[in-house]
Amino acid sequence: MSGYTGVTRADLEHMLAAIGVDSVEELFDSIPAGVRLRRPIDLPPGQPEQDVYAELRRLAERNVSAEEEITFLGAGMYDHYVPSIVDMLMSRSEFLTPYTPYQPEVSQGGLQVMFEYQTAISELTGLPVSNASVYEGPSAVGAAAYLAKLTNKRPRLLVSRGVHPHSRETLRTLAVGYGTTVQEIALDDGVTDRDALRDELDDDVGAVVLQQPNFLGAVEDVASIATAAHEDGALVICSADPLTLGVLEAPGNQGVDVCVGEGQSLGNRLDFGGPSFGFFAATDAHLRRMPGRIAGETTDVDGRRGFVLTLQTREQHIRRERATSNICTSQALNALGGVVYLSWLGRQGIVEIGELMLQRTHYARETLSELDGVHKLHDRPVVREFALRLDAPVQRVLDRCAAAGINAGYALGRSYEEYDDGLLVAITEQRTRADIDRLAAVLGEAVTAERRTSAKVAV
Amino acid sequence: MADASYPEELLYHPDHDWARVDGDIATFGITWFAQSELGEVVFFDPPEVGTSVKANEFYAEVESVKAVSDVVAPLSGEIVEVNTALADNPEAINEEPYGAGWMVKVKLADKGEADALLGHEAYEDTLT
Amino acid sequence: MSEAVGTPQQRERATTIYEKGAPGRRAFVAPALDVPQVDGLIPRALRRAEPPKLPEATEPEIVRHYVNLSKRNFDLDSGFYPLGSCTMKHNPRLHERVAALPGHARLHPLQDPRRAQGALELMFELQQALAEIAGLPHVSLQPSAGSHGELAGVLLTRAYHADRGEQRTKVLTPDSAHGTNPATVTMAGYEVVKVELDADGGVDLDDLRDKTDDQVACLMLTNPSTLGLFEPNIEEIAAIVHGAGATLYYDGANLNAIMGYSRPGDMGFDIVHFNLHKTFTQPHGGGGPGAGPIAVSDRIEPFLPRPQVVRRAPTNGGPPTFELDEDRPKSIGKLRGFQGNYGVFVRTYAYIRSLGAEGLQDVSEVAVLNANYLLARLRERVGDRLPLAFGERCMHEFVLTGAPLKKELGVRTLDLAKRLLDHGMHPPTVYFPLVVDEALLIEPTETETRETLDAFVDAIAAIVAEAQTDPQMARNAPYTTPVRRLDEAGAAKRPRVREIL
Repeated sequence: MSGYTGVTRADLEHMLAAIGVDSVEELFDSIPAGVRLRRPIDLPPGQPEQDVYAELRRLAERNVSAEEEITFLGAGMYDHYVPSIVDMLMSRSEFLTPYTPYQPEVSQGGLQVMFEYQTAISELTGLPVSNASVYEGPSAVGAAAYLAKLTNKRPRLLVSRGVHPHSRETLRTLAVGYGTTVQEIALDDGVTDRDALRDELDDDVGAVVLQQPNFLGAVEDVASIATAAHEDGALVICSADPLTLGVLEAPGNQGVDVCVGEGQSLGNRLDFGGPSFGFFAATDAHLRRMPGRIAGETTDVDGRRGFVLTLQTREQHIRRERATSNICTSQALNALGGVVYLSWLGRQGIVEIGELMLQRTHYARETLSELDGVHKLHDRPVVREFALRLDAPVQRVLDRCAAAGINAGYALGRSYEEYDDGLLVAITEQRTRADIDRLAAVLGEAVTAERRTSAKVAV
Repeated sequence: MADASYPEELLYHPDHDWARVDGDIATFGITWFAQSELGEVVFFDPPEVGTSVKANEFYAEVESVKAVSDVVAPLSGEIVEVNTALADNPEAINEEPYGAGWMVKVKLADKGEADALLGHEAYEDTLT
Repeated sequence: MSEAVGTPQQRERATTIYEKGAPGRRAFVAPALDVPQVDGLIPRALRRAEPPKLPEATEPEIVRHYVNLSKRNFDLDSGFYPLGSCTMKHNPRLHERVAALPGHARLHPLQDPRRAQGALELMFELQQALAEIAGLPHVSLQPSAGSHGELAGVLLTRAYHADRGEQRTKVLTPDSAHGTNPATVTMAGYEVVKVELDADGGVDLDDLRDKTDDQVACLMLTNPSTLGLFEPNIEEIAAIVHGAGATLYYDGANLNAIMGYSRPGDMGFDIVHFNLHKTFTQPHGGGGPGAGPIAVSDRIEPFLPRPQVVRRAPTNGGPPTFELDEDRPKSIGKLRGFQGNYGVFVRTYAYIRSLGAEGLQDVSEVAVLNANYLLARLRERVGDRLPLAFGERCMHEFVLTGAPLKKELGVRTLDLAKRLLDHGMHPPTVYFPLVVDEALLIEPTETETRETLDAFVDAIAAIVAEAQTDPQMARNAPYTTPVRRLDEAGAAKRPRVREIL
């Protein structure tokens, strides 16, 4: 017996008698001798709750989180402020502990949340149909590519090098199963090279994949890329940063067919990379091929308004090998966090937070690029993230900044060999002017110190 | 349609599809049994006019809330007409499987193939 | 519409957050702009002209809306939830507390590994624990859910065969398999071939031998099966599959039945996925998040996704360090961003540390005991109308067939399930597995007490007794839930998937 199971001696006697066996052991007789485990599981003994708590705290203390440093690290996940009502609502029993709503009469809470979430995503992306979430950003890009394959069966995908490296790699991994080839389109001065794209476009291209803003923080001209792609009958898949969609045009209004993205910035924690959620929205034409759960509005026998999982014939539990994806569990709780966050931000708030990031990002890029040995990697419009070049080894500069309590950003060389002197700096609404000024001071000092060191070595 | 019926002038495929042959054009649909197994039809996704269909192979899908079913072609040929009214009114497949619920009209490739199909009594025998 | 009758919740019309609030209301207070305002930073053509129509509501309005909405949900904390194949066991609240520690919750995934040693150590230790439970040495925590783990498994199989210079085309799965199995196979570019079951509900060995040729890449199985039965011929099955050079994949959905008693690695499986949201208490969240880590044998190890968490031996007498190893030339690559659902790993790790070896074995013992007890009581009370579909006993779950109930009393499994809602319990899984007519798949789990199981038996017996005299009651159930039976056909014919604003 443990704190979670409760079979007393009396219970055991009674239950064994009802079953008609003498011991619990007998219930495992159907396991053949050849595969029986003849020793205990080799794990330490169980611990009381307070000791487990102490151990998890000890492990937490060996991590430097956004609580302990001023962080400008982004590259796909961002240190945004998560309002307390999100924590409160996500921890309610009624949202935390039920299963997927297969009995809709007792799941109207969860189903209506999905419906409200789908509405919010449609509004943000400007596309009429959204599902109830997928796992996260990069796998959403992979799922969109599967939809393209099911739709036009073409063998090639073109993906901009501005798309997140994890999304590009996930796409390549999954494409092996789809039987499609993935070809990268290079960047030119910070954005997707349109001439290179036009050269590669042909009637065997199923989809063009781009990111907005791209990995280097630059705003792409989505509309003109979409036009070019459509001329050859390819679908346009855009991975968008949802919190920039208060200031940037909705992808649906720029010709995008499928808009996906990482939802972590919408009310979800960093959590060392997950769980978060991915969003997936598309034009009406693709409704019946969308992956994942979809909630739909309907009425009950008495005419009451209600919600159900709909179009389930797309899904694995019915269509099995001809399903539009294999998704069963999605990210319902994280999507709840997302829609609560978007309701909290509200219609004005999403514009204000976008404008705030826009202005501070501009200020940060101008201030930092004025430092000695620091240059803009590109000068394209940016919203919340930008790329710099340093005249000093980036990792060593980052180490110096970390020692001063600042995480200065992402070393681009970790993902792009062509930018091994690059630094990607992210701004959220939590980074004040004072924080940015401190970053400038610390970064400036670090770069100078490193240049001095290498100068000495060079002599 | 409330009661089972299998019109005698039609030909039947064992996978629960029917054909009405009229010269070298045939009309296809699914039988009463098929629609009853499926439940209320919510969606029919027709192929395009001009598509070739092959006898015994599936050419479309019909969906209810909880199931998807293949629609098998009883005979081979080229699709010359598709029942576009089913897009707004898929229930016709349940209500009038042999009438307003027709699915496609096909120009037959080989009328001899009809010999392999079942008459209404032989088909009804397969259902018991 | 009858507004006069009905429960208070039934009388309350469902209104969305978009129907609440009013223009100008807000909850968010933006920080003041503390840098100079500059115009024209984004070209007009790239700018959004109209703000998205998100709600305009105050914090109290938002809280009241979502709290009231939550009360329209049945949940595991509130009542019995015997959904077969889902393992609805209690979600310990310690796990929420530790997952919320800022050192875990506010840690960026791209933080310098030297400053994320706590997280990497946790992941490494979790990998080791899962490897021990699976009986397979190499673990990747990357997949986000069971079906994601399945996809990883099939892609790993593909990479393994390709590395040996082979292009196999088929994957075998039994007819009783969960739908994610065949769906996954298609996404991975293979053809699904179904394997028949024998009269006892196990894999038909003759059929398996017939179908296992050198085009078969893999057989996907779960053990115990979705019928709740341990596969008696598992060793022979492994021999047949390995003999043809194929891999054997274990769907870990039913791991709750065998911890401490058997390990998939010892049964001969090459690749195993775990559902951390089933056996390992990650809360279901109304449909996720979860996690589907995989454990593999030596021959599959080179192909595991990138990055892998590895431990480096200490230098200079210091402690060992932990790293994310990207240098894996034969890796299939990535299935998602970053390194997986760490928040889920924190909870699972806490669970394994809380229970320990004995506790995990206790889980399986009580899960199997509870299921057999529930089965025995149900057979005693309603066994003639709801007989067991296969075998005599079960592991952690069992399948009843509602065929006699339907034939004799005209009440379907669906109606039984809906009537159970009026008794304040969540129904079992219905109409799965597909091989059983009017199936009712019941999994009580180990965290339910005998009293709860007895109450469930009483409820089922009451519904069956009622069906004898008044079958219409079940056919029109439920009566007391916030909404009654819903028009699902209408929702599918004319889909309305967002509020039109």
